[in-house]
This record gives sequence, C-alpha cells and structure tokens, in this order.
Amino acid sequence: MGESIYRSHVLICGGTGCVSSGCKEAQDALVKELKKHDLATEVKLVETGCHGFCEKGPIMIFYPEGVFYCQVTPEDMEELVEEHILKGRIVQRLLYKEPTTKENIPSYKEIDFYKKQQRLSLANCGHIDAESIDEYIAEGGYEALGKALTEMTPQEVIEEVKESGLRGRGGGGFPTGLKWQFAHDTEGDKKYIICNADEGDPGAFMDRSLLEGDPHAIIEGMAIGAYAIGADEGYVYVRAEYPLAIKRLQNAIDQAKEYGLLGDNLFGSDFSFKLQIKAGAGAFVCGEETALMASIEGKRGMPRPRPPFPAQKGLWGKPSNINNVESLANIPLIIREGASRFNSVGTEGSKGTKVFALTGKINNTGLAEVPMGITMREIIYDIGGGISGGKEFKAVQIGGPSGGCLPENLLDLPVDYDSLIEAGAMMGSGGLVVMDEETCMVDVARFFLNFTKSESCGKCTPCREGTKRMLEILNRITSGEGRDGDIEQLERLAENIKSTSLCGLGQTAPNPVLSTLKYFRHEYEAHIHEQKCPAGACDDLLNGYVVDEDACIGCTLCAKACPVDAIEGAPKQAHIIDLDECISCGACEPKCPVDAISQA
Amino acid sequence: MGQCQCGNSAESKEKYFAPLMKILEGYEKKEKDLIPVLQKAQDEYGYLPQDVIKEIANQLNLSFSQVYGVVTFYSQFHLEPRGENIIRVCMGTACHVRGAGEVLDKITEELGVDDGETTEDLKFTLESVACIGACGLAPVIMINDDTHGRLGADDIPEILAQYKE
Repeated sequence: MGESIYRSHVLICGGTGCVSSGCKEAQDALVKELKKHDLATEVKLVETGCHGFCEKGPIMIFYPEGVFYCQVTPEDMEELVEEHILKGRIVQRLLYKEPTTKENIPSYKEIDFYKKQQRLSLANCGHIDAESIDEYIAEGGYEALGKALTEMTPQEVIEEVKESGLRGRGGGGFPTGLKWQFAHDTEGDKKYIICNADEGDPGAFMDRSLLEGDPHAIIEGMAIGAYAIGADEGYVYVRAEYPLAIKRLQNAIDQAKEYGLLGDNLFGSDFSFKLQIKAGAGAFVCGEETALMASIEGKRGMPRPRPPFPAQKGLWGKPSNINNVESLANIPLIIREGASRFNSVGTEGSKGTKVFALTGKINNTGLAEVPMGITMREIIYDIGGGISGGKEFKAVQIGGPSGGCLPENLLDLPVDYDSLIEAGAMMGSGGLVVMDEETCMVDVARFFLNFTKSESCGKCTPCREGTKRMLEILNRITSGEGRDGDIEQLERLAENIKSTSLCGLGQTAPNPVLSTLKYFRHEYEAHIHEQKCPAGACDDLLNGYVVDEDACIGCTLCAKACPVDAIEGAPKQAHIIDLDECISCGACEPKCPVDAISQA
Repeated sequence: MGQCQCGNSAESKEKYFAPLMKILEGYEKKEKDLIPVLQKAQDEYGYLPQDVIKEIANQLNLSFSQVYGVVTFYSQFHLEPRGENIIRVCMGTACHVRGAGEVLDKITEELGVDDGETTEDLKFTLESVACIGACGLAPVIMINDDTHGRLGADDIPEILAQYKE
C-alpha cells in the first residue's frame, strides 16, 4: 500500500488495563527515542488491543523476534532502543520472570500464562492494530462474509453454525445455530440482528477486550448472522461505561462502510446491511434480551415475559436475533475455516474455547482463552500462577451475580456449561474471581445480593422484594445478629425467587447464596451461632486476637507487627494481647511461626 | 434546583435551549432517540434540569412522566448538578475482594461527602459503581476518563490533589 518496509514492529498494548498502567507515556517516550536515533522509518509502532496479561502491563512485543517486555516505563525506552533495536541484545531486566522458577522468559509463547491458552476468538486481540481494517483483512478478515454471501445460502450458513456446536457465550449457553434458525424461519418483511455488548457482570471484561481489540470481527459476525436470518439492520448495544470500546467500534463501522463491507449489495449480492451503535445508560438488567430491546426503543429497560421470544416478536415487534459479543466473534472463524475447526476443540456438549477473565486473589490477572473442558485447577494454577501473597485457595466465583462459588474439591471439574450447572454455578459470561482464606463467603454472597437488589428493575415482586429480604438477612448475619432459622429462611426465599421471577436476573439472583450455603454452610453457622467470621473479614464480628500461651515461643515477631502496640511480653516468654487495645487488624496472626495466634 | 436559571423572557429561554435544539437537529425526534438525546443533553448541561427534560418531552412528543421515568430508571442520568470531576469507585467483585471498601472510605473521608454526593464547591462528585471492567487492576477508581488502578487507601490523597487545583 505504498508504505515503507519496516525492519521491526513494536506492538504496544492499548487495552484499558495497559492504558491505565501508563502505556501512552511509554509509547510517547519510545517515539521520541526512535526519532533521536533516526529510526522512525525503520521501526513501526502498532497500538493493539488487549494482550490479556493485564497484571503485567504496560506490555510491548518486539518483532520479528517476538520478545515480550512487560511493565515498561518511559525511562526504559532509551535502553530498549539502544540495546534491543540497535544492538540486537535482549534487555533481560524487562522480561517476564516466571514466578516459580525465577527464570527470564523472552518469548511470550513460552510464558505459562499463554502456553495453555488456545486463542481462537482472541487471535487478533493484541496482534493487530485494532483501528486498521487493512490489518484485519490481512489476517483473513471479511473472507468469511465474502464466502457466505457468494458461495452459501442462508440455510447453509445456519447449518455450519449448528454443526460447529457454538453455544451462546453470554451465559445462557443456548445453541447459536438454533437461535438463528428460529429467526430465519419466522416470516417478516423486516428483521433485526442485535449484538449484546452490555457486559455487566462484575468481574468480566472479555467483551470489552474484543470490542477494543478486534472490532471488525464483531461486525463481520453480525453481517453473517444478518444474512443467515434475513435481517438488513443491526444494533450493537454497548455499555456506556466502555468509552474506548465504543470509539473503536464506531471507527471500525466507518471503515467498513468506506470499504463497502457494510451498506448496500455487499460483495455484489442482493444483501444489504447497516449497523449502528446504541450506548447504554447504566442499567445491568439491560443485559437481559427483552430489556435490552426496550432500551433500544427508548424505553425503560424492563424485561417482559417470554414467549413471544425475540425471534418471533423482537425489536419494534419485528423478528429479532440477539447474540453476545464473544459468540459473534467466533462466527467468522467457523464460516471461513469450517465447523470442524471449531468443534474439534472442547467437550461433548460444549465446543470450542471460552474466554475467562481471571481476577481476585490470583497472581496473573487477565484474560485467558482456553479450550472447553479444561479444569479449573489448570486455569487458576497453570495460567493464573496460583494464589497471590502465598495464601490458601478457598473458592472461585464463576458466572457473576448469577453464578456460584466452587470450593477446592471441585477444582478438577472440567469446565463446561453442563458440569458447572450441575455443581450449582454457571458459565455466565466467564468471570472468574478467585478467593483466598481471607475472603468471607457470607460477605461474598451479601455482596452479590446487594448488587442484584440494586439492579432489580422492580417490575416483578419476587425479585424486587425477595432480593431485598435476602439481603436484610445476610446483613444481619454479617453484623453478628444472625438468628436461628435464618439459613432455612434464606433457602426458602431463594427457591421461591428462582421459580417465580420474570427474567434471568431474578431467576439466578439467589445462586450466590445457594452455592455458598451448599459448600460453605459452616461459615454461615459460625457467624450465626458462634458470632465468628472464620475469614476474619466481617468487622462487626471481630473481637480481637489471643495468644495460646502454651504454644507461644516468645519470638516477639507478633509484637513487632502490631501497629498499636497491643502485644506485650519479653523475649522467649509467652506474649499477651491486650484486647482493649487490639483493633483486630490481623497483622500478628500470619507472623506467628507456630500458629499460636487466633481470633478471640 | 432544576429550574432554568435565566429568567423567563422568551429571548433568554431561546438562548438557554439553543444547544438542545442543535442536538435535536441530528435526530428524527422519535421515541427511539430519547436515550441518545438525553445523553447528549446531559453532556451539554452537565445534568438534566427539569426545563430541559420538559423541552425534550415536548420535542419528542412524549409525556413528561414518560421521559422522567426513563431518566430515573438509568443510573447514568442525573437530576442534580454534578461536580467538575466525577469520581467513580469500582465496587465490582474483583475490587471488592481486593479492598475497594477501604478506598471508598478514604475518599469519603478526604472529601467529606458520601457516596452519590457532590462537594459544596462543585469540584467532585463521588459515586460507587458496579464493575468498570478493569478487574486486572483492582481496586480501581476512575476520575473523569482517567483510570487509576492497584490502589490502596494511602494513594488517595495524592491522586485527589491532582484534580484539586
């Protein structure tokens, strides 16, 4: 395209994580250094989408060698240019250090975080310039759309998607091909395709990364879907909290229009498709499909009963089809390379890969795309690098406010839609929040109930009133005022809310409570009957710490750690904690080499 | 609060609504345009004064109560003036388990306002929000469009100072 040939490419991660870690400043410094050495025409800088390894941001990858530098600062740029680019020597100190072996790892393919991943839908994220349609096309982009429009009938497209086994990545897990078939089979002069990018689950950010890192894949997936069901108009409903995603997607839509990949008579066919963005206005319930459509129509985002399903009566009463971002991102690959490329990965009932957002008390936070059927242990320990701060694993929360907490003994469970539901959790959008011994499971359940209570739209009574009552009981328990019968009351309420709520928000709202009751009932009981929070997290239940005088060896480490000097005792003699002074901060407990300190 | 501050002459009213009319030019003025129009109007006026809501209802041929219903349904819309700087403290799961509560408490203490309130000098509005999707950096706050991550309560005074002048 008339551009000069560069001898090196530097990929700079421009995802939200790296932006807030300072990648812009580092990039500016790098530009300056390159200019200084007159290398601006020889080294090309490419701002990409998210690499997924947010923990180590800002991230830069130097090609052709593929060297992965992390946590770079503007001050490092001089050395990177002089050493790496001019002399061809790797700057060891900026490489990723494997936490277990302390070894420096130059190539990102060798890093544990990436080794077990299989990046299909994220293939372009962090690899191409998210703002360049040319780079997307160079990676095979829009080939699938061309193939669908020129070589396949809509029904053949639907068959291919059915064959792939793709299930909805937004949480429900409904087969995408079947959904398309319903919308296809409904007669209608006007149909819509909608992308649900109202990613509201706390702890999930894969849709955001896809929109920021590979927006054309979503456009292409939607255009193919529109062709399959017979729609000519589409909406992407994006959360207002994602300004960068909206900007990149708008840019991509404009480029696609300019290239004739959106608009009239695409690829010389009769098929026309126009696409626009609708920004949400801050309501979690709009992730529910009927609420989302109400919001696009300009109304309050309240769900309505189904049937009729959107495929029969959707947006403005017309047949409509709604898919999640990650589902759509998989479509171009399935059409371009065939269903077998996708369904050769995964388990019997859950094909392909799934992107998980790893967060919480884990060493490597970030986004990881793994084959379905991988175990939770592999995700948390091999990819996630284990629990941070040398603490003990307690639980992993999966599926956000609709999901559940799984304990240690379920870590070897293969992760797919069906096994998770069986275990009392659900795939949800794929947020994984890891919790350690210091996380109180009752408090976690309370946190989610507080979330669903405030996000309940208020239309149906079980959800509006039921979540409120459950939260009241949980508040009581965590503040030390739990009563006999509270647990049973919670269970009764939970079952009622589940079976009588109007939409998915209410039907799944009790899950966090039910799953913690299932696996961590003893913590509830300790709060209620012993007025104790085993994790030491509920402030109202902390009565200070005590030393077991028989076990104490008088090492004085606890006294040194105490911020309020509440611990007395001479060296080699038993120590005593003054409970009037103690602020229950817990600083002493982990210092004790003989585990003689515990909660009072 | 919420009344047009410009007196009631036809001329000043026209001036007050001029930016709104400009915004409306880009739309068909149908119900489906309501949310985008409200978003742009709020960007322009800083919040949604009563007179502006009435005028939008008028222009889109909707009832005031319907528009008010939409405004109060979505957490992004505000009926009161907002601070110059908007602080959003993420209360998502990842931030919660990594100590977002302490960060919020510290900001509350530093600014002397509670969650959802605006400082008297209209410098800061403090809000706790559900996940902002930067869980890798937990705990996270956003001030305007800047994300500040991996925070502890001790980092707060210094960060706020950057926005105080």
